[in-house]
Amino acid sequence: MSADEELVETTVGSDLDADGIAALLGEAVLDREEHLNAPGFVIRPDAVQEVLTKLRDEAGFDHLSCVTAQQYTDRYESIYHLTSYDDRQREVSVVVPTDPERPVSQSAEPVFRTADWHEREAYDLVGIEYEGHPDLRRILLPQTWQGHPLSLEYHQDKPQIVTLDAHKNPLEADHRGNSETMFLNIGPHHPATHGVLHLKAVLDGEQVADVEPDIGYLHRCEEQMCQAGTYRHQIMPYPDRWDYISAGLLNEWAYARAAEDLADLEVPEYAQVIRTMSAELCRIASHLLAMGTFALDVNGDFTAAFMYAITDRERVQDILEDLTGQRMMFNYFRLGGVAWDLPEPREEFFGKIRDFLDHLPGAAEEYHNLITRNEVFQLRCVDTGYLSPEVAKSYGCTGAVARASGIDYDLRRDDPYGYYDELDWEVITEDGCDNYARLLVRMREVEQSARIIEQCVDLLEDWPEDDREIQSNVPRTLKPDEDAEIYRAVEGAKGELGIYIRSDGTDKPARFKIRSPCFSNLQALPAIAEGEYIPDLIAALGSLDIVLGEVDR
Amino acid sequence: MSSDNPRDAIVESTAPLTDTRDARMGAGADDRFNSPLREAFGTQPFILTKFDKFMNWVRGSSMFLLQFGIACCSIEMMHTFGVKHDVDRFGAGVPRASPRQADCIIVPGTIVSKFAPRMKRVYDQMPEPKFVVGMGSCTISGGPFQEGYNVVKGAEEVIPVDIHVPGCPPRPEALVYGIAKLQERVANGESSPVVVKPYELEQFGDLDRDELVEKLADEIDEETLVMRYNWADSP
Ligand code: SF4
Repeated sequence: MSADEELVETTVGSDLDADGIAALLGEAVLDREEHLNAPGFVIRPDAVQEVLTKLRDEAGFDHLSCVTAQQYTDRYESIYHLTSYDDRQREVSVVVPTDPERPVSQSAEPVFRTADWHEREAYDLVGIEYEGHPDLRRILLPQTWQGHPLSLEYHQDKPQIVTLDAHKNPLEADHRGNSETMFLNIGPHHPATHGVLHLKAVLDGEQVADVEPDIGYLHRCEEQMCQAGTYRHQIMPYPDRWDYISAGLLNEWAYARAAEDLADLEVPEYAQVIRTMSAELCRIASHLLAMGTFALDVNGDFTAAFMYAITDRERVQDILEDLTGQRMMFNYFRLGGVAWDLPEPREEFFGKIRDFLDHLPGAAEEYHNLITRNEVFQLRCVDTGYLSPEVAKSYGCTGAVARASGIDYDLRRDDPYGYYDELDWEVITEDGCDNYARLLVRMREVEQSARIIEQCVDLLEDWPEDDREIQSNVPRTLKPDEDAEIYRAVEGAKGELGIYIRSDGTDKPARFKIRSPCFSNLQALPAIAEGEYIPDLIAALGSLDIVLGEVDR
Repeated sequence: MSSDNPRDAIVESTAPLTDTRDARMGAGADDRFNSPLREAFGTQPFILTKFDKFMNWVRGSSMFLLQFGIACCSIEMMHTFGVKHDVDRFGAGVPRASPRQADCIIVPGTIVSKFAPRMKRVYDQMPEPKFVVGMGSCTISGGPFQEGYNVVKGAEEVIPVDIHVPGCPPRPEALVYGIAKLQERVANGESSPVVVKPYELEQFGDLDRDELVEKLADEIDEETLVMRYNWADSP
């Protein structure tokens, strides 16, 4: 498709308002709803593919961000949250109600490949079945699990039996199908899987013929935990533990943003600047670890790069500890602001940040010398692990993974929040589409984050003393309106981190759904790795920078 | 002679023994094998200690840890291995990638039902004697996720734990302290008694034939290893 055609297509789509979309969808629409972030269209359960195809091809909604499933007393519901890579602020929710006795609706997998895992998750946790889905198995819980834990009638104390046969001794009877190929089991305890991921790889000689990620070894029921907590204070500690690579504040912001928009809370400007600054510090810490471990994955001799990255992370963690009191699990944001002001003496704190910022360019140069300019590293990473922009889009990839495939998409700019739109920084993209580009994007983003932090420090230093409001007035018990629904995302360390909340008028959310960027990014691994050599599979996995706490939630 | 009092030869002059030895070897003999130790101990160059005491000392001073990451705590564990905290200074800094080479496993994170049998497998593969450090609240009780439908309420449900390091996550200093405590205990010859674990891996065919087992009977082979979770009875 030429660039002109693409332009025409998006402009055609982007004219459509809610009524235009309703007209486009015609009689598939049963009803209209109003979500706080987007218009919602209730459609027939057997028209899912038709509706999504129309929305994608004729209205420009090319990004299936999230699929939320939930059970009401009288029905099951799947919500497809659609938006567009070109214009993030255009959103639409497609609501598919299904019968409580026989919850079956049509699968969206043929239209958006990312729906594959999302629908499996919905089946696993809530119990909705998707007709036409290629492989509807449990994804997070063990295959032998009884019941669907987020459905209304689930009894949590039921005994369960979990088998160990999934990975029998891989040395015996390890030939799948004809003997040309070999089955190789990687994980769930393996140093290169960054946690407890399990990959079932089928090799043809040295090449990967098929790889299937098996997740769920760290499914800690985050959604249930959030549904059991009250909005004001009890939920905030959990986001720190989704993406735990020091990206805590970015995750907290995702929850804070969704809940603040849901309950219509203001955030003082001063608090926004503090949030922006501290969140970018987290991004730096997270990208540093991604870089260090990736270097280790590519070549075990890159221990020096890893150790340097850890040392620099220590510096960031020190600053964050001064600010929040914790090294990793900050719990610093509050709805309507932050927990407390910057530490006294402020000059010392700013001095510490400035020292770190002064140190960064030199450190970055060193990393480039050690890693990206290293010939061995380049041989391993340039042109391996190719992910084309079209495939990336259909898998719903976001964050550095998408930006390294040339997709210019960053929520900090496209759907501004916090203080980002007042500051001067750039969205980094690369069009290498390979492992190398993905690392490069992260390393260059660290520089941009440093720019943002510097501007925030300048602002905070001169902030008038009598105007340092850190929290707006928030009612003690927060009870958003009944049946208010919202889906809001922020740019987390790994990509678009979205939260869907439905309120039922009480002080706890009725449904809390987390859209994790890693979940979608990891799903693209088979597309990236198939046909590559087995070491490149490991490199590709490292370059996706997944964190299992967020994949499994 | 009481063993409390050293032999005369040790406290007194060693000259008589040296003389005897020289007399036996004859003049001009090669003294290559004479060391200051032999000089001190005379013709019986022995240090007497209990073999297991010696082994305990060795074990405690050189611990190979398993490189085993589960959840958030493993990031702090990496920092403990990293430059600033450097647990290597305490003789416990060689992370091994294979359980077959490790003495000690740090369990850094939340254990969920799908992972527990795998973790038991890893633990079983470690050679004896083996030690376990539980890192973080999750390995004590399930931590912040204790109420979760899928979360095992503490590592002790699956494998025996020697040292618990509390915190969410514990700071690297705390983990270093925990490891040092473990080394101290190992050097003193203590190790926790291996408790009977509630969730052993069993063969499916051996389970009581209750409703759940009947239901799964068609799906699961009798020989398959399974772990049974009874959430109602866990702490
Ligand atoms: S104890 Fe806390 S930091 Fe450690 S794994 Fe559990 S939740 Fe994560």
